Amino acid sequence: MSDDKFKYQGAGREYQKQLLTAWYERLQSAKDDGRKIAYLFVPGNIAEFLRVFDFELVFPEVNALQCGVRKTSGDLILKAEDVGYSPDVCGYVKNDIGMMLAGNISPSGTQLPKPDLLLCTYCGCTTFIKWFEALAHYYDVPLVMLDVPYLRSDAIEEDDRQYIVLQLKELAVICEKITGKKYDHDKLVHITRHSEEAEDLWVKILHSAKHKPSPFDAYFEAVFFMAPIYVLRGLPECTDYYRRALLEVEERIEHGIGPIPNEKFRVVMEGPPPWPYFRAFWELLKKWDVCAVASSYSKVGGFWDHGFRHDPTRPLESIADYCLTCYTNLNLPMRTDLLHSYAEEYSADAIVIHSVKSCRSFSVGQADMREQFIRKWDIPTLLIESDLADPRYFQVAQLRNRIDAFFESLEHKRLVGV
Amino acid sequence: MIESKSFEELIEQYRDIIDDVSFPTVKEWKSKHAGGKVVGMFPVYTPLELPHAMGMLPVGLFGAGGRVEIDHADSRIQSFVCSIARSTLELGLRDMTKDFDVLWFPSICDVARNLSGIWSSNFPNQQVSYIHFPQNMTSPAAITHYRTELRRLLSNLEELDGKKATGAAIVSSIQAYNQNRALCEQLYAIKRDTPWLLSTYEAYVLLRLATMTPVEEHTRILQDILPMIATRNRKPRDYVRVMIEGSFCEQPPLELIQVIEEAGCYIVDDDLLMHTRWFHGDVMTNGDPLLALAESYIHQSRYSSVRHYGNKPRKEQFVQKIRAGKVDGVIFNAPKFCEPALLDYVVLKDELEKQGIAYLAFEYEEKMGVFESIRTQVETFVESVLFFS
Ligand code: SF4
Ligand code: SF4
Repeated sequence: MSDDKFKYQGAGREYQKQLLTAWYERLQSAKDDGRKIAYLFVPGNIAEFLRVFDFELVFPEVNALQCGVRKTSGDLILKAEDVGYSPDVCGYVKNDIGMMLAGNISPSGTQLPKPDLLLCTYCGCTTFIKWFEALAHYYDVPLVMLDVPYLRSDAIEEDDRQYIVLQLKELAVICEKITGKKYDHDKLVHITRHSEEAEDLWVKILHSAKHKPSPFDAYFEAVFFMAPIYVLRGLPECTDYYRRALLEVEERIEHGIGPIPNEKFRVVMEGPPPWPYFRAFWELLKKWDVCAVASSYSKVGGFWDHGFRHDPTRPLESIADYCLTCYTNLNLPMRTDLLHSYAEEYSADAIVIHSVKSCRSFSVGQADMREQFIRKWDIPTLLIESDLADPRYFQVAQLRNRIDAFFESLEHKRLVGV
Repeated sequence: MIESKSFEELIEQYRDIIDDVSFPTVKEWKSKHAGGKVVGMFPVYTPLELPHAMGMLPVGLFGAGGRVEIDHADSRIQSFVCSIARSTLELGLRDMTKDFDVLWFPSICDVARNLSGIWSSNFPNQQVSYIHFPQNMTSPAAITHYRTELRRLLSNLEELDGKKATGAAIVSSIQAYNQNRALCEQLYAIKRDTPWLLSTYEAYVLLRLATMTPVEEHTRILQDILPMIATRNRKPRDYVRVMIEGSFCEQPPLELIQVIEEAGCYIVDDDLLMHTRWFHGDVMTNGDPLLALAESYIHQSRYSSVRHYGNKPRKEQFVQKIRAGKVDGVIFNAPKFCEPALLDYVVLKDELEKQGIAYLAFEYEEKMGVFESIRTQVETFVESVLFFS
């Protein structure tokens, strides 16, 4: 196989890195360039809406995640614990607050600007509120709440949608005051069109994992591939990114290659990854030729693969729907059903739950989910525990034992034809 | 019954009732109301008026308080979760909540939220509702949204019972709770103004009784007992005035409250058991009753960690509460693993440091048996407050 057969390999990872680096640099110079800064969460983020006012966006979770990957989260968490945060609370919050206390230097070394707007998009996780209340305390800036009702039934209630739309209209007035720019509906239409296009492409990439072997790891690779759709959505470069990333994936399909050369087990992954030990965790699964063909974590910031798109013909309503349906805002039975349906759609052999101790938003209920996968649907399910930010909770030997035992038994079952 | 007993005897009698995890008051009520429905309510607050208006019995569901072993719930909820969530589920899995026809979980935290999901998949015969409380306190849309949420809850109850709640019935339920709340407020006024006449332990027992007794009955109890408190022969002591913060959901072992008091504290205010005393003042009884409840939530809710404050930072409300209670020091008394309490702690204690107000912090669990180290900590705290003030 000569290398010139592959024109696009590496595009997804490399281009993503370039775009994110450029974004962090833009953030560093934003204040000097007279641009205003909004802090917000990834789940249900209303990037399109804020871009109408040319806000630059900072996502504290993304910073925390990057600190984890770069293994600085441990020290930052200790800094937050020094000012009184309990060892038992969300590692992301502590990571972010530790980073702020240490001068707000981003994981890539650039200076992060202070917020002009703290916009708490409350999409499911209640810790979000506490997190931004703490930021409001430290930065001494007002906090604006976008209250997104949790899905109480398995469909969107019209009343919930309209509540969000009304809040967006109220928010427009606040944004106009902060930025001095008028709300421009046509601009919003234009931006949502970009989003829609990027989302179409992203879904093609996600669905590609239905191929055997899967050309794409929907967890370990998806966490890189999903970054632009969360933080750059609505910008032309985001769409451009997914065009290139899709070419990479299509090329893999064409040549029958994928991240796991001898794919043996296909799994659905639930829960956020252990960022400080991301590679080590992947290796533990790679050893068994495991490919993640679907994951819930790649839907934290938005859930498109069952049809949702930002809609330029009804942008505000579609932003509301987007907020309502991101993974963190789905109720537990919906999450359970979704994972089960993934296992079927993507012909998975098992479900692996990485349960994050300090993220109760995800973890409470996962043990119950596991029971259900096994009892109701007879899907082998592995539940392992560590943390998403706090390196103290990652016990590699213990995890290895659990993972080995689980796949050994799957392998055995396969051999004996059970 | 009540006349023949002293105040202290009554408190001990009620203590036995609140300690009984088999829900004796629910059983008694069900035996008197054939086909009557019971709504179990997870803390901190849920709209009690709605089941009441339907002729149902609203009952607080506060876990097992360390009185059952966690055997079954372990396989459903992991160990790094507060005890109330685990023991509440344990009660369910042991079939001890089978008298509850409906369960309500409010949007107070991720644990309560997911517990509602676990409940609905494990107990399909009980109706489970998760209640979204508005968090955007500055939006006029929040009131109408919450009104719709109340209507939805009521419709769920109506569906169960095949009856409709009339507006007049809701108004009279609001009145019943207004009256009861005013009496509970009197207990708090006594604690605040003459704390030697009523300990927080005693007030707690009376308030906890409110979470499991029909409101009219509880009102009668308070009407009888309040005059008894005024005539108690007790002298003020050289105690410090403290406020307890962080015990809004999972309830601390009562021994812990007693230890704090014995160590030299008057607990003049706290965030315990907000279940029946969530609002300041009366909910309006003219006009649309659901709207009145919704407006009260936005405008008359008491300060709590599980409610966002919009433009007024939490610390301001907190300090207001401290000033109103003429508090010398704050005791952060939070359940282990309780995110809302533990995250708030940092912001609040920073403010106390800024204002020069003393504080002490510790955590509790339902199954806590030894309080000696806490007693020593509180005693030292009391001495330092007395010394510096
Ligand atoms: S609890 Fe989980 S979902 Fe919530 S902020 Fe923390 S990491 Fe994110
Ligand atoms: S004790 Fe705290 S964490 Fe537990 S359910 Fe109550 S509010 Fe949530």
